[in-house]
Amino acid sequence: MDATVVRTGTEGKSWGGGNEPLKASYGKMMMWFFIVSDALTFSGFLAAYGFSRFKFIDSWPIADEVFNHFPFLHGVDAPMYYVALMTFILIFSSVTMVLAVDAGHQMKKGKVIFYMFFTIIGGLIFLGSQAWEWKNFITGTYGAVSTKGGNILQFVDNEGHRVALADIAQTIPGERVPHTRESGVWFEEGAALPTYSIEEIKAGFAANENILLRTQALTEEGEKTVLSRDESLRKLNTEAVGVIEGANLSQNEYGPPLFADFFFFITGFHGFHVLSGVLINIIIFFNVVIGTYERRGSYEMVEKVGLYWHFVDLVWVFVFTFFYLV
Amino acid sequence: MAHETAHHYESNTKRIWIVFAILSVLTIVEVFLGIIKPGFLVHTDLFSLSLLNWIFIILTLFKAYYIAWAFMHLEGEVKGLRRAIVWTGVFLISYLIFILLTEGDYVNEVFKTNHVAWDF
Repeated sequence: MDATVVRTGTEGKSWGGGNEPLKASYGKMMMWFFIVSDALTFSGFLAAYGFSRFKFIDSWPIADEVFNHFPFLHGVDAPMYYVALMTFILIFSSVTMVLAVDAGHQMKKGKVIFYMFFTIIGGLIFLGSQAWEWKNFITGTYGAVSTKGGNILQFVDNEGHRVALADIAQTIPGERVPHTRESGVWFEEGAALPTYSIEEIKAGFAANENILLRTQALTEEGEKTVLSRDESLRKLNTEAVGVIEGANLSQNEYGPPLFADFFFFITGFHGFHVLSGVLINIIIFFNVVIGTYERRGSYEMVEKVGLYWHFVDLVWVFVFTFFYLV
Repeated sequence: MAHETAHHYESNTKRIWIVFAILSVLTIVEVFLGIIKPGFLVHTDLFSLSLLNWIFIILTLFKAYYIAWAFMHLEGEVKGLRRAIVWTGVFLISYLIFILLTEGDYVNEVFKTNHVAWDF
Protein backbone atom coordinates (compact mmCIF):
# COMPACT_ATOMS: atom_id res chain seq x y z
CA MET A 1 0.00 0.00 0.00
CA ASP A 2 2.77 2.43 0.89
CA ALA A 3 4.33 1.88 -2.51
CA THR A 4 1.32 3.00 -4.56
CA VAL A 5 -0.42 5.67 -2.50
CA VAL A 6 0.82 9.23 -2.81
CA ARG A 7 1.02 10.68 0.66
CA THR A 8 -0.45 14.11 1.23
CA GLY A 9 0.84 14.66 4.70
CA THR A 10 -2.66 15.09 6.04
CA GLU A 11 -3.13 11.56 7.39
CA GLY A 12 -5.08 11.57 10.60
CA LYS A 13 -6.12 15.20 10.16
CA SER A 14 -9.63 16.44 9.21
CA TRP A 15 -9.01 16.47 5.47
CA GLY A 16 -7.00 13.29 5.40
CA GLY A 17 -9.95 11.23 4.17
CA GLY A 18 -11.77 8.38 5.78
CA ASN A 19 -13.87 10.68 7.94
CA GLU A 20 -17.50 9.84 8.49
CA PRO A 21 -19.07 12.95 9.98
CA LEU A 22 -22.55 11.46 9.60
CA LYS A 23 -21.38 8.12 11.03
CA ALA A 24 -22.60 6.31 7.94
CA SER A 25 -20.33 4.52 5.49
CA TYR A 26 -19.92 5.78 1.93
CA GLY A 27 -22.15 3.08 0.44
CA LYS A 28 -24.97 3.73 2.86
CA MET A 29 -24.78 7.48 2.27
CA MET A 30 -25.02 6.98 -1.47
CA MET A 31 -28.00 4.67 -1.03
CA TRP A 32 -29.69 7.41 0.98
CA PHE A 33 -28.85 10.01 -1.68
CA PHE A 34 -30.46 7.76 -4.27
CA ILE A 35 -33.51 7.10 -2.11
CA VAL A 36 -34.14 10.80 -1.49
CA SER A 37 -33.92 11.64 -5.20
CA ASP A 38 -36.10 8.67 -6.12
CA ALA A 39 -38.63 9.73 -3.49
CA LEU A 40 -38.79 13.13 -5.19
CA THR A 41 -39.40 11.45 -8.55
CA PHE A 42 -42.27 9.41 -7.15
CA SER A 43 -43.78 12.44 -5.44
CA GLY A 44 -43.59 14.23 -8.78
CA PHE A 45 -45.71 11.48 -10.34
CA LEU A 46 -48.16 11.34 -7.46
CA ALA A 47 -48.51 15.13 -7.37
CA ALA A 48 -49.17 15.11 -11.13
CA TYR A 49 -51.85 12.50 -10.48
CA GLY A 50 -53.30 14.83 -7.83
CA PHE A 51 -53.27 17.69 -10.34
CA SER A 52 -55.27 15.70 -12.91
CA ARG A 53 -57.61 14.48 -10.27
CA PHE A 54 -58.34 17.99 -9.01
CA LYS A 55 -58.85 19.02 -12.62
CA PHE A 56 -61.55 16.35 -13.05
CA ILE A 57 -62.65 16.35 -9.42
CA ASP A 58 -66.36 15.93 -10.24
CA SER A 59 -65.95 13.06 -12.67
CA TRP A 60 -62.97 10.98 -11.52
CA PRO A 61 -63.49 7.18 -11.42
CA ILE A 62 -64.26 5.59 -8.06
CA ALA A 63 -61.39 3.22 -7.24
CA ASP A 64 -63.64 0.72 -5.43
CA GLU A 65 -65.56 0.13 -8.64
CA VAL A 66 -62.47 -0.25 -10.78
CA PHE A 67 -60.36 -2.55 -8.60
CA ASN A 68 -62.86 -5.07 -7.31
CA HIS A 69 -61.48 -8.41 -8.43
CA PHE A 70 -60.19 -11.20 -6.26
CA PRO A 71 -58.66 -14.49 -7.48
CA PHE A 72 -61.16 -17.38 -7.66
CA LEU A 73 -64.05 -15.09 -6.77
CA HIS A 74 -65.31 -14.51 -10.23
CA GLY A 75 -68.03 -11.90 -10.51
CA VAL A 76 -67.99 -11.16 -6.79
CA ASP A 77 -67.64 -7.50 -5.92
CA ALA A 78 -64.53 -7.41 -3.69
CA PRO A 79 -63.41 -3.78 -3.48
CA MET A 80 -59.79 -3.38 -2.46
CA TYR A 81 -59.32 -6.76 -0.77
CA TYR A 82 -56.75 -7.74 -3.34
CA VAL A 83 -54.71 -4.54 -3.07
CA ALA A 84 -54.86 -4.84 0.70
CA LEU A 85 -53.45 -8.35 0.37
CA MET A 86 -50.67 -7.06 -1.90
CA THR A 87 -49.87 -4.40 0.67
CA PHE A 88 -49.57 -7.05 3.36
CA ILE A 89 -47.29 -9.16 1.21
CA LEU A 90 -44.98 -6.22 0.63
CA ILE A 91 -44.97 -5.14 4.28
CA PHE A 92 -44.25 -8.69 5.34
CA SER A 93 -41.36 -9.01 2.91
CA SER A 94 -40.06 -5.78 4.41
CA VAL A 95 -40.21 -7.42 7.82
CA THR A 96 -38.24 -10.47 6.69
CA MET A 97 -35.70 -8.10 5.10
CA VAL A 98 -35.17 -6.19 8.32
CA LEU A 99 -34.86 -9.51 10.16
CA ALA A 100 -32.16 -10.51 7.66
CA VAL A 101 -30.31 -7.25 8.35
CA ASP A 102 -30.65 -7.91 12.07
CA ALA A 103 -29.25 -11.42 11.67
CA GLY A 104 -26.40 -9.96 9.60
CA HIS A 105 -25.41 -7.68 12.45
CA GLN A 106 -25.08 -10.78 14.61
CA MET A 107 -23.08 -12.54 11.86
CA LYS A 108 -25.56 -15.40 11.64
CA LYS A 109 -25.19 -16.51 8.05
CA GLY A 110 -27.89 -19.20 8.15
CA LYS A 111 -30.53 -16.81 9.40
CA VAL A 112 -29.62 -14.17 6.82
CA ILE A 113 -30.08 -16.76 4.06
CA PHE A 114 -33.40 -17.89 5.51
CA TYR A 115 -34.90 -14.41 5.80
CA MET A 116 -33.56 -13.12 2.48
CA PHE A 117 -35.08 -16.11 0.75
CA PHE A 118 -38.53 -15.21 2.04
CA THR A 119 -38.01 -11.56 1.12
CA ILE A 120 -37.37 -12.58 -2.49
CA ILE A 121 -40.40 -14.87 -2.53
CA GLY A 122 -42.57 -12.03 -1.17
CA GLY A 123 -41.30 -9.70 -3.88
CA LEU A 124 -42.08 -12.24 -6.59
CA ILE A 125 -45.61 -12.80 -5.28
CA PHE A 126 -46.17 -9.05 -5.27
CA LEU A 127 -44.99 -8.77 -8.87
CA GLY A 128 -47.29 -11.59 -9.93
CA SER A 129 -50.22 -9.93 -8.17
CA GLN A 130 -49.52 -6.69 -9.93
CA ALA A 131 -49.45 -8.46 -13.30
CA TRP A 132 -52.84 -9.97 -12.51
CA GLU A 133 -54.20 -6.58 -11.50
CA TRP A 134 -52.97 -5.09 -14.77
CA LYS A 135 -54.57 -7.93 -16.71
CA ASN A 136 -57.95 -7.22 -15.13
CA PHE A 137 -57.60 -3.52 -15.72
CA ILE A 138 -56.63 -3.95 -19.37
CA THR A 139 -59.34 -6.51 -20.19
CA GLY A 140 -62.06 -4.59 -18.40
CA THR A 141 -65.31 -6.01 -17.07
CA TYR A 142 -68.39 -4.26 -18.40
CA GLY A 143 -67.30 -2.10 -21.31
CA ALA A 144 -68.62 1.36 -22.05
CA VAL A 145 -69.57 3.76 -24.79
CA SER A 146 -67.56 6.85 -25.66
CA THR A 147 -69.10 10.19 -26.60
CA LYS A 148 -68.15 12.90 -29.08
CA GLY A 149 -66.78 14.95 -26.21
CA GLY A 150 -64.45 12.13 -25.20
CA ASN A 151 -66.47 11.10 -22.15
CA ILE A 152 -67.57 7.67 -21.05
CA LEU A 153 -71.13 6.40 -20.66
CA GLN A 154 -71.72 3.20 -18.72
CA PHE A 155 -74.80 0.99 -18.46
CA VAL A 156 -76.74 0.11 -15.32
CA ASP A 157 -80.02 -1.69 -14.62
CA ASN A 158 -82.92 -0.33 -12.56
CA GLU A 159 -81.21 -1.15 -9.28
CA GLY A 160 -78.02 0.60 -10.28
CA HIS A 161 -76.01 -2.57 -10.92
CA ARG A 162 -73.61 -2.40 -13.81
CA VAL A 163 -74.58 -4.16 -17.04
CA ALA A 164 -72.02 -5.50 -19.50
CA LEU A 165 -72.06 -4.71 -23.21
CA ALA A 166 -72.51 -8.40 -23.96
CA ASP A 167 -75.90 -8.37 -22.19
CA ILE A 168 -77.14 -5.39 -24.18
CA ALA A 169 -75.91 -5.76 -27.71
CA GLN A 170 -78.16 -7.10 -30.40
CA THR A 171 -76.54 -8.84 -33.29
CA ILE A 172 -76.99 -6.89 -36.50
CA PRO A 173 -75.70 -8.79 -39.49
CA GLY A 174 -73.37 -6.54 -41.38
CA GLU A 175 -70.04 -6.28 -43.07
CA ARG A 176 -67.93 -5.48 -40.01
CA VAL A 177 -64.63 -6.76 -41.30
CA PRO A 178 -61.35 -5.59 -39.81
CA HIS A 179 -59.28 -3.75 -42.39
CA THR A 180 -56.03 -5.66 -42.89
CA ARG A 181 -52.94 -4.93 -44.95
CA GLU A 182 -53.87 -7.53 -47.54
CA SER A 183 -57.21 -5.94 -48.39
CA GLY A 184 -55.95 -2.35 -48.50
CA VAL A 185 -54.64 -0.26 -51.34
CA TRP A 186 -52.19 1.26 -48.91
CA PHE A 187 -50.09 -0.92 -46.57
CA GLU A 188 -51.87 0.02 -43.39
CA GLU A 189 -54.07 -1.81 -40.95
CA GLY A 190 -57.23 -0.37 -39.42
CA ALA A 191 -57.72 -0.22 -35.66
CA ALA A 192 -58.96 -3.46 -34.11
CA LEU A 193 -62.75 -3.65 -34.12
CA PRO A 194 -64.55 -3.86 -30.79
CA THR A 195 -66.68 -6.95 -30.15
CA TYR A 196 -69.87 -4.98 -30.70
CA SER A 197 -70.57 -2.02 -32.96
CA ILE A 198 -72.18 1.13 -31.62
CA GLU A 199 -75.27 0.40 -33.73
CA GLU A 200 -75.68 -2.99 -32.06
CA ILE A 201 -75.45 -1.36 -28.65
CA LYS A 202 -77.95 1.35 -29.60
CA ALA A 203 -80.43 -1.21 -30.95
CA GLY A 204 -80.09 -3.41 -27.88
CA PHE A 205 -80.47 -0.44 -25.58
CA ALA A 206 -83.64 0.73 -27.29
CA ALA A 207 -85.11 -2.77 -27.01
CA ASN A 208 -84.35 -3.24 -23.34
CA GLU A 209 -86.53 -1.00 -21.14
CA ASN A 210 -84.70 -1.77 -17.89
CA ILE A 211 -81.34 -0.37 -18.84
CA LEU A 212 -80.19 3.14 -18.00
CA LEU A 213 -77.14 5.22 -18.73
CA ARG A 214 -74.65 6.31 -16.12
CA THR A 215 -72.43 9.34 -16.72
CA GLN A 216 -69.11 10.15 -15.10
CA ALA A 217 -70.44 13.12 -13.15
CA LEU A 218 -70.34 12.56 -9.39
CA THR A 219 -73.39 13.39 -7.26
CA GLU A 220 -73.37 15.00 -3.84
CA GLU A 221 -73.24 11.51 -2.37
CA GLY A 222 -70.04 10.77 -4.25
CA GLU A 223 -71.74 8.34 -6.62
CA LYS A 224 -72.02 8.40 -10.39
CA THR A 225 -75.10 10.07 -11.91
CA VAL A 226 -77.71 7.70 -13.36
CA LEU A 227 -79.88 9.25 -16.08
CA SER A 228 -83.61 8.69 -16.57
CA ARG A 229 -84.74 6.36 -19.36
CA ASP A 230 -85.72 9.22 -21.72
CA GLU A 231 -82.60 11.16 -21.00
CA SER A 232 -80.52 8.00 -21.51
CA LEU A 233 -82.07 7.29 -24.90
CA ARG A 234 -81.56 10.85 -26.05
CA LYS A 235 -77.94 10.97 -24.90
CA LEU A 236 -77.04 7.59 -26.36
CA ASN A 237 -78.57 8.37 -29.74
CA THR A 238 -77.11 11.86 -30.10
CA GLU A 239 -73.71 11.62 -28.43
CA ALA A 240 -72.39 8.05 -28.43
CA VAL A 241 -69.81 7.40 -31.12
CA GLY A 242 -67.74 4.39 -30.12
CA VAL A 243 -67.48 1.25 -28.04
CA ILE A 244 -64.72 0.84 -25.46
CA GLU A 245 -63.71 -2.42 -23.84
CA GLY A 246 -61.05 -2.37 -21.16
CA ALA A 247 -58.31 0.19 -20.89
CA ASN A 248 -55.16 1.21 -22.67
CA LEU A 249 -53.16 4.42 -22.96
CA SER A 250 -55.64 6.18 -25.24
CA GLN A 251 -59.03 4.96 -24.07
CA ASN A 252 -60.42 3.67 -20.86
CA GLU A 253 -63.81 2.19 -19.97
CA TYR A 254 -63.56 3.43 -16.38
CA GLY A 255 -63.33 7.17 -17.05
CA PRO A 256 -60.82 9.71 -18.35
CA PRO A 257 -57.90 8.12 -20.27
CA LEU A 258 -55.63 10.04 -17.87
CA PHE A 259 -56.72 7.70 -15.10
CA ALA A 260 -55.45 4.70 -17.01
CA ASP A 261 -52.27 6.54 -18.03
CA PHE A 262 -51.42 7.36 -14.44
CA PHE A 263 -52.32 3.86 -13.31
CA PHE A 264 -49.99 2.26 -15.84
CA PHE A 265 -47.25 4.79 -15.27
CA ILE A 266 -47.16 4.96 -11.48
CA THR A 267 -47.83 1.31 -10.63
CA GLY A 268 -45.60 0.34 -13.54
CA PHE A 269 -42.74 2.49 -12.31
CA HIS A 270 -43.21 1.09 -8.83
CA GLY A 271 -43.40 -2.46 -10.20
CA PHE A 272 -40.15 -1.85 -12.06
CA HIS A 273 -38.56 -0.84 -8.75
CA VAL A 274 -39.84 -4.03 -7.16
CA LEU A 275 -38.43 -6.04 -10.06
CA SER A 276 -34.99 -4.46 -9.76
CA GLY A 277 -35.20 -4.87 -5.97
CA VAL A 278 -35.87 -8.59 -6.40
CA LEU A 279 -32.92 -8.92 -8.82
CA ILE A 280 -30.53 -7.08 -6.49
CA ASN A 281 -31.81 -9.17 -3.58
CA ILE A 282 -31.10 -12.35 -5.54
CA ILE A 283 -27.53 -11.24 -6.26
CA ILE A 284 -26.91 -10.40 -2.61
CA PHE A 285 -28.62 -13.63 -1.56
CA PHE A 286 -26.13 -15.70 -3.55
CA ASN A 287 -23.26 -13.61 -2.20
CA VAL A 288 -24.44 -14.47 1.29
CA VAL A 289 -24.75 -18.15 0.37
CA ILE A 290 -21.19 -18.38 -0.95
CA GLY A 291 -19.94 -16.59 2.15
CA THR A 292 -18.65 -13.32 0.66
CA TYR A 293 -19.82 -11.21 3.59
CA GLU A 294 -18.81 -13.81 6.15
CA ARG A 295 -15.23 -13.47 4.86
CA ARG A 296 -15.51 -9.68 4.65
CA GLY A 297 -16.53 -9.65 8.26
CA SER A 298 -19.53 -7.39 7.71
CA TYR A 299 -23.04 -7.82 6.31
CA GLU A 300 -23.40 -4.14 5.47
CA MET A 301 -24.25 -4.97 1.87
CA VAL A 302 -27.43 -6.70 3.10
CA GLU A 303 -28.25 -3.53 5.01
CA LYS A 304 -27.87 -1.41 1.86
CA VAL A 305 -30.19 -3.53 -0.31
CA GLY A 306 -32.46 -3.62 2.71
CA LEU A 307 -32.69 0.18 2.59
CA TYR A 308 -33.71 0.00 -1.05
CA TRP A 309 -36.27 -2.72 -0.37
CA HIS A 310 -37.87 -0.76 2.47
CA PHE A 311 -38.02 2.28 0.23
CA VAL A 312 -40.00 0.31 -2.35
CA ASP A 313 -42.40 -0.66 0.44
CA LEU A 314 -42.59 2.97 1.58
CA VAL A 315 -43.53 4.13 -1.91
CA TRP A 316 -46.22 1.46 -2.14
CA VAL A 317 -47.79 2.74 1.07
CA PHE A 318 -48.31 6.10 -0.64
CA VAL A 319 -49.42 4.64 -3.98
CA PHE A 320 -51.93 2.49 -2.10
CA THR A 321 -53.37 5.52 -0.31
CA PHE A 322 -53.58 7.89 -3.24
CA PHE A 323 -54.62 5.43 -5.92
CA TYR A 324 -56.96 3.13 -4.07
CA LEU A 325 -58.18 4.84 -0.91
CA VAL A 326 -58.46 8.62 -1.23
CA MET B 1 -11.83 -1.01 5.51
CA ALA B 2 -10.91 -1.42 9.11
CA HIS B 3 -13.64 0.64 10.64
CA GLU B 4 -15.64 -0.85 13.47
CA THR B 5 -19.09 -1.60 12.09
CA ALA B 6 -19.77 -4.45 14.48
CA HIS B 7 -19.93 -2.26 17.58
CA HIS B 8 -22.00 -3.74 20.42
CA TYR B 9 -25.12 -4.45 18.36
CA GLU B 10 -28.10 -5.82 20.25
CA SER B 11 -30.90 -7.67 18.52
CA ASN B 12 -34.05 -5.76 17.64
CA THR B 13 -36.34 -8.64 16.71
CA LYS B 14 -38.95 -7.79 19.29
CA ARG B 15 -39.25 -4.19 18.09
CA ILE B 16 -39.45 -5.37 14.46
CA TRP B 17 -42.47 -7.56 15.22
CA ILE B 18 -44.15 -4.78 17.20
CA VAL B 19 -43.71 -2.39 14.26
CA PHE B 20 -45.10 -5.05 11.93
CA ALA B 21 -48.16 -5.33 14.15
CA ILE B 22 -48.62 -1.53 14.12
CA LEU B 23 -48.31 -1.38 10.32
CA SER B 24 -50.79 -4.22 9.90
CA VAL B 25 -53.34 -2.64 12.20
CA LEU B 26 -53.04 0.72 10.40
CA THR B 27 -53.53 -1.00 7.03
CA ILE B 28 -56.55 -2.95 8.27
CA VAL B 29 -58.12 0.25 9.63
CA GLU B 30 -57.52 1.98 6.28
CA VAL B 31 -59.05 -0.83 4.24
CA PHE B 32 -61.98 -1.15 6.64
CA LEU B 33 -62.74 2.59 6.44
CA GLY B 34 -62.24 2.48 2.67
CA ILE B 35 -64.85 -0.25 2.29
CA ILE B 36 -67.57 0.97 4.64
CA LYS B 37 -66.95 4.72 4.01
CA PRO B 38 -68.83 6.11 7.03
CA GLY B 39 -71.20 8.85 5.85
CA PHE B 40 -70.33 11.46 8.45
CA LEU B 41 -66.62 11.19 7.58
CA VAL B 42 -67.23 11.46 3.85
CA HIS B 43 -69.52 14.48 4.15
CA THR B 44 -67.59 16.50 6.72
CA ASP B 45 -64.99 18.67 5.05
CA LEU B 46 -61.91 20.18 6.62
CA PHE B 47 -59.91 22.54 4.39
CA SER B 48 -61.77 21.31 1.26
CA LEU B 49 -60.83 17.68 1.90
CA SER B 50 -63.18 15.17 3.52
CA LEU B 51 -62.41 13.97 7.02
CA LEU B 52 -62.07 10.42 5.70
CA ASN B 53 -59.32 11.46 3.31
CA TRP B 54 -57.55 13.32 6.12
CA ILE B 55 -57.64 10.11 8.16
CA PHE B 56 -56.18 8.12 5.26
CA ILE B 57 -53.37 10.62 4.75
CA ILE B 58 -52.49 10.85 8.43
CA LEU B 59 -52.47 7.05 8.85
CA THR B 60 -50.26 6.81 5.76
CA LEU B 61 -47.80 9.29 7.22
CA PHE B 62 -47.75 7.22 10.41
CA LYS B 63 -46.92 4.13 8.40
CA ALA B 64 -44.21 6.01 6.51
CA TYR B 65 -42.77 7.14 9.83
CA TYR B 66 -42.60 3.60 11.20
CA ILE B 67 -41.08 2.19 8.02
CA ALA B 68 -38.42 4.92 7.84
CA TRP B 69 -37.62 4.99 11.55
CA ALA B 70 -37.73 1.31 12.46
CA PHE B 71 -37.09 -0.59 9.22
CA MET B 72 -34.75 1.84 7.48
CA HIS B 73 -33.20 2.47 10.88
CA LEU B 74 -33.31 6.27 10.69
CA GLU B 75 -33.78 6.34 14.45
CA GLY B 76 -30.24 5.00 14.81
CA GLU B 77 -28.61 7.49 12.44
CA VAL B 78 -27.09 10.77 13.62
CA LYS B 79 -29.33 13.80 13.73
CA GLY B 80 -27.65 15.51 10.78
CA LEU B 81 -28.23 12.65 8.36
CA ARG B 82 -31.78 12.15 9.55
CA ARG B 83 -32.66 15.81 9.09
CA ALA B 84 -30.97 16.02 5.69
CA ILE B 85 -33.13 13.14 4.49
CA VAL B 86 -36.45 14.03 6.09
CA TRP B 87 -36.56 17.80 5.69
CA THR B 88 -35.35 17.81 2.08
CA GLY B 89 -38.27 15.59 1.18
CA VAL B 90 -40.82 17.30 3.38
CA PHE B 91 -40.10 20.83 2.10
CA LEU B 92 -39.87 20.00 -1.59
CA ILE B 93 -42.83 17.64 -1.63
CA SER B 94 -45.13 19.96 0.34
CA TYR B 95 -44.31 22.79 -2.05
CA LEU B 96 -44.90 20.63 -5.11
CA ILE B 97 -48.23 19.33 -3.80
CA PHE B 98 -49.41 22.80 -2.85
CA ILE B 99 -48.58 24.34 -6.20
CA LEU B 100 -49.95 21.50 -8.36
CA LEU B 101 -53.19 20.98 -6.48
CA THR B 102 -53.91 24.72 -6.49
CA GLU B 103 -53.35 24.76 -10.23
CA GLY B 104 -55.53 21.68 -10.76
CA ASP B 105 -58.34 23.29 -8.81
CA TYR B 106 -58.01 26.43 -10.93
CA VAL B 107 -58.20 24.46 -14.20
CA ASN B 108 -61.31 22.74 -12.86
CA GLU B 109 -62.89 26.16 -12.19
CA VAL B 110 -62.07 27.28 -15.70
CA PHE B 111 -63.65 24.17 -17.20
CA LYS B 112 -66.78 24.71 -15.15
CA THR B 113 -67.32 28.42 -15.66
CA ASN B 114 -65.78 29.07 -19.04
CA HIS B 115 -67.89 29.95 -22.07
CA VAL B 116 -66.31 27.18 -24.09
CA ALA B 117 -68.12 23.87 -23.67
CA TRP B 118 -65.73 20.94 -23.25
CA ASP B 119 -68.43 18.26 -23.02
CA PHE B 120 -70.21 18.66 -26.34
